Amino acid sequence: MADNEKVDVLIVGSGASGAAVAWSLADTRMRILCLEQGDWVKSTEFPSNGRDWEARRYTDFDISPNRRGRDTDYPVNDDNSPMKVANFNGVGGGTLIYTAHWPRMHPSDFRVRSLDGVADDWPVDYWTLEPFYEENDRMMGASGLAGDPGVPPRRPPMPPIPLGKTGTRYAQAMNRLGWHWWPSDTTVATTAYEGRAACINIGHCTPGCAQGAKASVDITYWPLALRAGVELRTRCRVREITTDAHGMAAGAIYYDADGRECFQPAEMVILACNGVGTPRLLLNSASGRFPDGLANSSGLVGRNLMLHPWPIVSGYVDQPLDGGRGPITCMWSKEFYETDRSRDFVRGYTLQFGRGTGPANQAIIGAAAGHLPWGRAHHRVFRELLDHRVNIGVACEDLPEEHNRVTVDPVLKDSHGIPAPRVDYALSVNTRRMMEHGIARAEEILTEAGATRLHCSRTALNSPGHLLGTARMGNDPERSVVNAWGRCHDVRNLFIVDGSIWVTSGGVNPTSTIQALALYIAAEIKQRLATLFD
Amino acid sequence: MADTASLQLSAVEIRDLREIAGTMIPADAALGVPGADDPAILADAVKSVGCDLALIREALAAISVKSDGVFADMDRDAREALIDAYCKMGGPAAAALGRLVASAYYRDDRVLIALGLEARAPFPKGHELEQGDWSLLDTVRKRAPFWRDDRAAAKE
Ligand SMILES: Cc1cc2nc3c(=O)[nH]c(=O)nc-3n(C[C@H](O)[C@H](O)[C@H](O)COP(=O)(O)OP(=O)(O)OC[C@H]3O[C@@H](n4cnc5c(N)ncnc54)[C@H](O)[C@@H]3O)c2cc1C
Ligand code: SF4
Repeated sequence: MADNEKVDVLIVGSGASGAAVAWSLADTRMRILCLEQGDWVKSTEFPSNGRDWEARRYTDFDISPNRRGRDTDYPVNDDNSPMKVANFNGVGGGTLIYTAHWPRMHPSDFRVRSLDGVADDWPVDYWTLEPFYEENDRMMGASGLAGDPGVPPRRPPMPPIPLGKTGTRYAQAMNRLGWHWWPSDTTVATTAYEGRAACINIGHCTPGCAQGAKASVDITYWPLALRAGVELRTRCRVREITTDAHGMAAGAIYYDADGRECFQPAEMVILACNGVGTPRLLLNSASGRFPDGLANSSGLVGRNLMLHPWPIVSGYVDQPLDGGRGPITCMWSKEFYETDRSRDFVRGYTLQFGRGTGPANQAIIGAAAGHLPWGRAHHRVFRELLDHRVNIGVACEDLPEEHNRVTVDPVLKDSHGIPAPRVDYALSVNTRRMMEHGIARAEEILTEAGATRLHCSRTALNSPGHLLGTARMGNDPERSVVNAWGRCHDVRNLFIVDGSIWVTSGGVNPTSTIQALALYIAAEIKQRLATLFD
Repeated sequence: MADTASLQLSAVEIRDLREIAGTMIPADAALGVPGADDPAILADAVKSVGCDLALIREALAAISVKSDGVFADMDRDAREALIDAYCKMGGPAAAALGRLVASAYYRDDRVLIALGLEARAPFPKGHELEQGDWSLLDTVRKRAPFWRDDRAAAKE
């Protein structure tokens, strides 16, 4: 096995959190190395460069690693889950193919036990994270509009995405209903920003922005981190974290681009592989000293997986809109976000309003929903649907439940023979009630907007790629995997910064909070350097 | 050595796909659009099968069984009814068939132009997106903050 020179900090995973922590720690001048199993993806490779742009979201840019099947992907057995795993494995991780919706958690999300009597409070609160949210908004380049009464004050550095015809139609309906709406915060650059060109409304943001207007961390954090001396090695897939005689992390065994098995020693290790990749790695790192997996004395590694069930309600209006000709995210509503005791469920959801889609996707989703016939009637109906679509996603908070979990599959392996993750997940009664409540409100809104042909896609198609909770934070080592600043209770030089450390999931897209947490943990590490492993 | 023939549709399968695609999206002279059985569109579909090969084969075989192997000889109404019934059953094979035909059809220049769209990739030209009516936000701005402040709750 090839042995490498020891580094001070070894980060595994170059996605949203790995990039943020690498950049923040760079000013310590420590020797920092990041191992990433995927490649750099050039903007010229993104689908919107070519005429097959719509088809490629079902092939090499599919959101499911199982369908995408790149050699840089690992398979996931999600057969026993109504929601499927969505991710991207490459420099930038999930941010390469995310939709750039940029809400924050609410203060109440960190206090669910105290305020609502369910799950657990987080060991950090919103106000501790607030400066890191701000820093991250500047680093990623957030767009939005201050003054939203539905969320705490924040100052997005760029103006919001235009409402366009679609947003205007939703807004009129929301005003008639008397319900809250606001233009979404996003990480789409609406003006030129820190070397990034402004959005030109390609309209196909999810599978990569060829314009470079959408903030993926390969074009935000990574160039700065590399310039500050961080090393990033691609096509390096980590198999396990090893420990020394004292039970401290010694480094990582990985396969390099040529398939060679290598050992990378490190003073400290930071995991940033996301809510599925991190528990997989910890469980695959079982040893004589840690027979149930590394950092797993609580038995909670892999448990409490939260995925954000995300029903999508759609319909069609009589007026042509601007589907496929602007960023697909548009506006949000916080009307039903906070717990309301008069409802039959606790906690709440965000409504996320979307724009329509291009012609091929319109045909595919129209046929799947049973609205678009095949045969001679196809052309007439297609013309009624194309560019008339409105849709609302119901971003539901799913509460942590130990039986929702990531384990290591006994049979399935990746191309290096490393056991693949298996996901077991079921929807709770609370979540189902919340979903149905949100679906009914979305139907009311779309009806008020004049839409007909309403259709609801409940879970399977809408897995949003939010992978949370499988190595939760907490002060009690028996009830959590990492402490309040991301250090594993069991292994004092092993940190976790990705979505796995979440205690509860909130009803929002998670990445701004994942990165705020990563920056906060990096700040704690820097402050505590002298006593970090005590 | 890999059997390359098994990695792509056979001539018989392509013939079946042509009949099925032409039934799913027929040519329409009034609209000035070709059908999905147009040689260029069909060739595009055939070369795009990729990782859906097994599912497409499954769909073709299922439709062949349902039509007792005489799909092409059935009249148009019967063919449409059969495809409709098959697709309504759902499942990954039917979805893959719809995806393949729609993806190839709706990137053909003639089809896009007939729809009033530009026959081009979205990048680098992009699109215009109007601002919309921001005055609609005035009523929302008047609303008092309604997010729960945990600090206030803690004091209570
Ligand atoms: C289709 C889609 C749309 C989304 N839209 C939004 C949105 O609009 N807003 C939002 O906030 N969030 C969105 N998300 C979620 C967002 O992408 C994730 O929350 C975010 O990327 C998670 O960050 P992370 O650091 O936890 O992990 P990731 O970004 O997933 O990064 C993990 C990295 O670790 C690498 N890795 C894993 N295991 C190993 C190993 N063993 N060895 C080496 N490398 C490894 C992976 O290759 C990957 O690059 C979306 C996700 C998807 C898939
Ligand atoms: S709409 Fe804007 S952000 Fe989305 S892909 Fe186009 S240029 Fe990029």
